[in-house]
Amino acid sequence: MELDIVELSRLQFAMTAMYHFLFVPLTLGLSILVAIMETVYVMTGRPIWRQMTKFWGTLFGINFALGVATGITMEFQFGMNWSYYSHYVGDIFGAPLAIEGLMAFFLEATFVGLFFFGWDKLSKVGHLIVAWLVAIGSNFSALWILIANGWMQNPVGARFNPDTMRMEMTSFFDVLFNEVAQAKFVHTVSAGYVTASVFVLGVSAWYLLKGRHTALARRSIAVAASFGLAAALSVVVLGDESGYSASHTQKMKLAAIEGMWETHDAPAPFTLVGIPDVEARETHYAVEVPWVMGLIGTRSLTQEIPGINDLVIEAEERIESGIKAYDALMTIREERDATPADVRETFEAHSENLGFALLLMRYMDDPRDATPEQIATTAEDTIPGVLPLFWAFRVMVGLGFGFIAVMAYFFWCSSFRQQNYPRWALRIAVLIIPAPWIAAELGWFVAEYGRQPWTVDGVLPTALSVSHLSVQDLLLTLAGFMIFYTVLFVVEMGLMLKYIRRGPTEDVEETESWEARHEHRLRTHDGQIPATPAE
Amino acid sequence: MILYELLSYDVLRVIWWLLLGVLLIGFALTDGFDMGVGALLPFVGKTDVERRLTINTVGPVWEGNQVWFILGGGAIFAAWPPLYAVSFSGFYLAMFTVLAALILRPVAFKYRSKREDPRWRSSWDWALFVGGAVPALIFGVAVGNVLQGVPFELTPELFSRYEGSFYGKFFGLLNPFALLTGIVSLAMLVTHGAAWLSLKTEGPVADRARRYGTVTGVVTIAGYLLAGLWLAVGIKGYAIVGDVVTDGPSNPLYSEVARTGSWLAAYAARPWIAIAPLLGLLGMVLAVLGLRSGKELSTLLWSKLGIFGAISSVGLTMFPFILPSSISPTSSLTVWDSSSSHLTLFIMLVVTAIFMPLILLYTAWVYKVLWGKVTEEDITGSGHSY
Repeated sequence: MELDIVELSRLQFAMTAMYHFLFVPLTLGLSILVAIMETVYVMTGRPIWRQMTKFWGTLFGINFALGVATGITMEFQFGMNWSYYSHYVGDIFGAPLAIEGLMAFFLEATFVGLFFFGWDKLSKVGHLIVAWLVAIGSNFSALWILIANGWMQNPVGARFNPDTMRMEMTSFFDVLFNEVAQAKFVHTVSAGYVTASVFVLGVSAWYLLKGRHTALARRSIAVAASFGLAAALSVVVLGDESGYSASHTQKMKLAAIEGMWETHDAPAPFTLVGIPDVEARETHYAVEVPWVMGLIGTRSLTQEIPGINDLVIEAEERIESGIKAYDALMTIREERDATPADVRETFEAHSENLGFALLLMRYMDDPRDATPEQIATTAEDTIPGVLPLFWAFRVMVGLGFGFIAVMAYFFWCSSFRQQNYPRWALRIAVLIIPAPWIAAELGWFVAEYGRQPWTVDGVLPTALSVSHLSVQDLLLTLAGFMIFYTVLFVVEMGLMLKYIRRGPTEDVEETESWEARHEHRLRTHDGQIPATPAE
Repeated sequence: MILYELLSYDVLRVIWWLLLGVLLIGFALTDGFDMGVGALLPFVGKTDVERRLTINTVGPVWEGNQVWFILGGGAIFAAWPPLYAVSFSGFYLAMFTVLAALILRPVAFKYRSKREDPRWRSSWDWALFVGGAVPALIFGVAVGNVLQGVPFELTPELFSRYEGSFYGKFFGLLNPFALLTGIVSLAMLVTHGAAWLSLKTEGPVADRARRYGTVTGVVTIAGYLLAGLWLAVGIKGYAIVGDVVTDGPSNPLYSEVARTGSWLAAYAARPWIAIAPLLGLLGMVLAVLGLRSGKELSTLLWSKLGIFGAISSVGLTMFPFILPSSISPTSSLTVWDSSSSHLTLFIMLVVTAIFMPLILLYTAWVYKVLWGKVTEEDITGSGHSY
């Protein structure tokens, strides 16, 4: 693959965004788990819950630092590497980013300092409020970022303005309540809650296996399993909601994820596994489950879901319509106020396909020069990489159901089996710690790679969105980010492991003496102290 | 929406120009002392305890302060998309350097004291130095370049194109005038950091901070005056040719711009703006005197006044220009032709009007909770410190 400005910019964005998202889901979920633990502390006054708050809070802090640090890159990268994108859609896309800063990030960042430093300076309730403000701030951040991203997937509430050569907002309400954004938000924060739950569960399971800090570990598992079960269910339900909205907002992405080449009679089957073949336009060895796809995608038994081949034909038509819009636009720009009314009308009639004409600019300067062959090739370009999407999606979904199973099992043990966890289950809990990160990264891959060749679906092609930079510029910053981020990753993992190995260090005496005094309360109804698996 | 009708496009543009200034000044006033403290760290703290004292004066607040920077980026994106698109890709490597330095900072704050190893700690101390000094310098360099005009050009489709080779683009930024403004910016923020340290600490750290701060304060005053003189005699200003349309569409190419006369012609046209540089100088002079005489709170406030005056003077001198182009003056971005749409500006103003007062309120509350000097007992006792 030849690396040009577009490929390098994409590579850099993918790398920095995916790296940023190593830290975000844990921040989203752990902030809430920590706040829940502190709530229990304030309500019951038991020091063990304060110890838990501080211990998981320390791990939260190590993770949070890198989340913030790598988020700085994200805020400025659009302007640095995606200059034309920033110009073309900044009128809409910039607003949620700025509101994120005003409403969410300020809150989170101002209070996170007080969370760590304010233990002696605030009352119990005061500190609890601070903990919740941090959690709310983090989660509101996600809301606004996903409203911005949702608009890239489903650009509603905006119109092209020939005078300014860009998209401009027509309805803030539509941008805000974009159905794609809303489903994405709940899906993504739930994924964050699952990530944090699996993390807390895994680390606690490791303590139980080692027979250390069992009081802390048991309570942490109880919190993580119940919270995690609810979150894991929510991820899958809202993932389904995303699939439903994609069936009418992003048909090509959905068809590619399903490896669905031909339009199937309703209700379409769901391909469980198979090997999509782009050349042959066929999915080999497909194992199909009848009706399911039609049900997920349309929630009906009668509506059809278009296949890739039909969508390419549709793209060809839209390109031809887009060329008419482009032609009219050129006249409007030349004549400005003197533009004849019929040209304005032509533009209005075809302007929603203007983006499809811009797709041609990969091959030529003026889309009006396009030959029928070039139009056909460009229409083919609208198919994203089917094979990676098909499998990335299936692995993500498989992991999602796996989390439900694990969380349900631990929830059952913690609620109905006197917190007796078999050692094999604890080992599994430790082993699956990385799994939610894999699922989350695959999810973003499906969302963003599946949108290609567009940065804003149907509006602005990726190839046009970049800045006027040199390959050298991009190679230098790419190498810089890689080295820099690798070092930071090693440092953060080192610290994380160090603090996990060390375990809770604060309020140890107070907690232990409290435990000794109140041991009877911890006994189960048959009078036994719950056995630790190490014993 | 009566309010939407009342706030015409040109009024909203001026309001957002003011808000851009508020954000930049907010960033310099708050995160400015964090950067100054970072830049001073290796010099005011000789022992590990002294360095931890220094770091913990900003420990609980730098994170919130830094949001002014992030918010600045977001607000420019939302309210001035052409400025966001042209400037950050134009100052590409400089921006990368700033980002790298600013990424180092959060990590250094959080991780420095997590291990005892002296080499570990001293590495992060230098990271904090870089994270403070480098952005402070580069922000000033950027201002110097903006005043001279940036080599970009807009195509009819509004793609931005830059002149110059790969290295030329970066080292071209480091011209003498821009270096001077860079030094002014660095010295100004270091002075601000020194004022903060003298308020928040006592003993040797505060003494050293006052000594360094006095020197950098004098450098700031001298550099600021020199830069003003240079601007008067050595750098051509910009002006819009013909009628100025203030509520037209945001297309920079619709108006014609020429390089004529001096930037300082603005002071003849609008004499009242002279108040900005005067307040700036007054603040800086009083801050230096305050540092020398050991006054604490008032020194910090004077330093804030100095920064406020200095940054406003740049904005007011250039008005209505935001980002002039040296190779294609007509491509220059002005307040009248590089904003968001009327609707976006209006919505963002409503959101800002709701949340900015809240932000100021809770930030003030946090500072109140943390009020008082950071002492050795604070950082050795509880474990709730860096």
